[in-house]
Amino acid sequence: MMQEGLDDGPDFLSEEDRGSTLPNFKQNEFSVVRQHEEFIWLHDSFVENEEYAGYIIPPAPPRPDFDASREKLQKLGEGEGSMTKEEFTKMKQELEAEYLAIFKKTVAMHEVFLCRVAAHPVLRKDLNFHVFLEYNQDLSVRGKNKKEKLEDFFKNVVKSADGVLVAGVKDVDDFFEHEKTFLLEYHNRVKDASAKSDRMIRSHKNAADDINRIASSLYTLGTQDSTDLCKFFLKVSELFEKTRKIEARIAADEDLKLADLLKYYLRESQAAKDLLYRRSRALVDYENANKALDKARAKNRDVLQAETSQQLCCHKFEKISESAKQELIDFKTRRVAAFRKNLVELAELELKHAKGNLQLLQGCLGILKGNT
Amino acid sequence: MSLCTELVLDITYHQVKAPLFLVAQDLTLFCICVNVQSQPASLAAEDISTNSNGPKQDSLFDDDPEDLFAEATEEVSLDSPERDVLLSDGPSPAITPITPPTSVITPRIGHTHDDMFTHSSFDEIEEEEGGDSFDIHISVSDPEKVGEYMTSMSLFKRSEFAVKRRFSDFLGLHSKLASKYLHIGYIVPPAPEKSIVGMTKVKVGKEDQSSNEFVEKRRSALERYLMRTVKHPILLKDPDVLQFLESSELPRAVSTQALSSAGLLRMVNKAADAVNKMTIKMNESDAWFEEKQQHFENLDVQLRKLHTSVESLVCHRKELSVNTAQFAKSAAMLGNSEDHTALSRALSQLAEVEEKIDQLHQDQANADFYLFSELLGDYVRLLTAVKGVFDHRMKTWQKWQDSQMLLQKKREAEAKLQFTNKPDKLQQAKDEIKELEGKVQQGERDFEQISKTIRKEVSRFEKERVKDFKTIIIKYLESLVQTQQQLIKYWEAFLPEAKAIS
Repeated sequence: MMQEGLDDGPDFLSEEDRGSTLPNFKQNEFSVVRQHEEFIWLHDSFVENEEYAGYIIPPAPPRPDFDASREKLQKLGEGEGSMTKEEFTKMKQELEAEYLAIFKKTVAMHEVFLCRVAAHPVLRKDLNFHVFLEYNQDLSVRGKNKKEKLEDFFKNVVKSADGVLVAGVKDVDDFFEHEKTFLLEYHNRVKDASAKSDRMIRSHKNAADDINRIASSLYTLGTQDSTDLCKFFLKVSELFEKTRKIEARIAADEDLKLADLLKYYLRESQAAKDLLYRRSRALVDYENANKALDKARAKNRDVLQAETSQQLCCHKFEKISESAKQELIDFKTRRVAAFRKNLVELAELELKHAKGNLQLLQGCLGILKGNT
Repeated sequence: MSLCTELVLDITYHQVKAPLFLVAQDLTLFCICVNVQSQPASLAAEDISTNSNGPKQDSLFDDDPEDLFAEATEEVSLDSPERDVLLSDGPSPAITPITPPTSVITPRIGHTHDDMFTHSSFDEIEEEEGGDSFDIHISVSDPEKVGEYMTSMSLFKRSEFAVKRRFSDFLGLHSKLASKYLHIGYIVPPAPEKSIVGMTKVKVGKEDQSSNEFVEKRRSALERYLMRTVKHPILLKDPDVLQFLESSELPRAVSTQALSSAGLLRMVNKAADAVNKMTIKMNESDAWFEEKQQHFENLDVQLRKLHTSVESLVCHRKELSVNTAQFAKSAAMLGNSEDHTALSRALSQLAEVEEKIDQLHQDQANADFYLFSELLGDYVRLLTAVKGVFDHRMKTWQKWQDSQMLLQKKREAEAKLQFTNKPDKLQQAKDEIKELEGKVQQGERDFEQISKTIRKEVSRFEKERVKDFKTIIIKYLESLVQTQQQLIKYWEAFLPEAKAIS
């Protein structure tokens, strides 16, 4: 369930029954209200936790984006004088439907995040996660202030620079070497596909809007005409009213099944890249520790310290490597399943809508030709 | 006497690369081929004209024997350079709109997209060498209605012929017709507008998609223009029209800049404005005219609005096509980098489907344009001509009234002169009065004549309008049907591929 928050977007009311799968909850069924920032807080806490360095951290849900709809609403308000009452009502209804659709989508994405966490054997036991789900007061998670945002920015710069250096290190392990190459390319291509699919879908929406206007004009023409054409126009107007609803639905379904899928895997592949980065970082640390140990032994100074340090690095590296391998295999499995599901559903929906359109068109044509 | 005629009109064109110093001339030549053929009378009955529907109050002039095309059906021969075949063949499809939809071509040269939009003229362009010319194939055929109508069309000297014409020739034709017929109430179809930008590209010999599209738009517009003109029973008999269609050499139309149809229409509009500004409180004895004027006014507003929306649709559909193509490429790349074999294959298939769909969108955009958008554009321009004739009627009335007022004044002056001793002046006054009386009578006759003509013209125009809109919109819907059928085919082929991912 979702309610519109005052400023920062929706509040999330999560109703969950975790009784069977997560035994360490105090109650079986409960509900809390969470804001988007609190989801981000949870995600970031995972990222910053060293224990989870070897896992693909489920990507944070994107910020709800109602800007486009708000803009449209504003334009609608400004243009109220220039259109008929019917047109205005129609456009307002569509805008409301659009708003609702974005709402639902945003909820779904936040839900996906929580489900991913809950499905992960380790993350589901995280204390912050439990607090997130159970604590029925405001978590008082404030958004990052300017200083912290700046720190984040620099951290990211350093990380990317480091990532480039680290990526240059060729891995002995074939599996990871392959994954590195693969993920780099895949991530970029998913990014491109995601952007292109967005553009394609937007054009589709625009075309549907045009058909809407055409239907209205035809209706007016139909009511005004004194010849045979009046019935003709009215029939065609009715047809276009229906077909444009289908076209709008097509765009919405493509958005859900294709665009969202690509966006999600853009984020997931980034999370996978981050994992690889952490592992490479650990490897570099391990190698550096080895070198330090050799030096210490050679000088015969602080050998114990160096040994301990080296062992820690080794342990860390091996732990990450082990879990990373499994995570990446799971990633592939999830990815293939998700693509399969969405592509099948996409094709089925496209077919359903095309058949619907065809039926409407043929029906109308039958009537029009019969009367001519 | 009525004649059943079939006029088949088809325009193609040839392009040539102009050496730069000749840029000033418009070298595109349009070739008009005229073809006379016989058709069995039964086809005339299939005519979809609204005669059968019995239109309401404007049906007064249906039976006018001067209306050559009362029962005419038009046919458009599309493909076949083998037009001779049409001569001997029996029935051909009788139904044609003004805009032959199958003359729409896909600007992508070499693309074989079947059914909807093939047009051989485009192939002819590639085959033919030499000049920039438009070919107009006009088939004039003659359904035999033995006993009722004359069976031979004596207007044309030959039964099959071809001429080459330049764009400026069309404009020249229109300006001549406009100057002869507009002011007496005939709705002369407006010629396509000049376009400086598009034309410059063609002149400089820029051979790219947009300049090809431009020439095709022009070709299509000229075809529709000519069809409308020759379908008009009075205009068809005009010697200028016949000369335009038949004679191998036309005197070069001079100063078409000044007389371009757009310019002419602008002049008509200015006249209309001037008329409105003069407080012509015309005593409209006939409510019919006022009603019709209002009707056309409303129609104009609505058609313009609709036209804008359709133009927007064309634009967005083209964008959709481009964006779909780009997405297809992107999906193919994604498929390449995907390391799960079955998923990789499915993504490549998706890319192929999207590529086919982008072509579908492109074709649909063409249908949106050539069928729907151009229909609306043509009628917006036609309505300007219609409004023009109404304004001419007002001017005719004004002229008549002015003569009458002048006559009145002269009579008063003459009455005064009776009491003076100026026999010369008296005689002069009487002469002037006689002349004016003649003028007043002529003015009244002119006014009655133009009123009568306009009634007939409007009736004909409305019939044509109904026919045009019905035919073309049906063709347009059929294009939409085809698109959906193709979409179904493509997605049905893809679905098993998606399911095969394991």
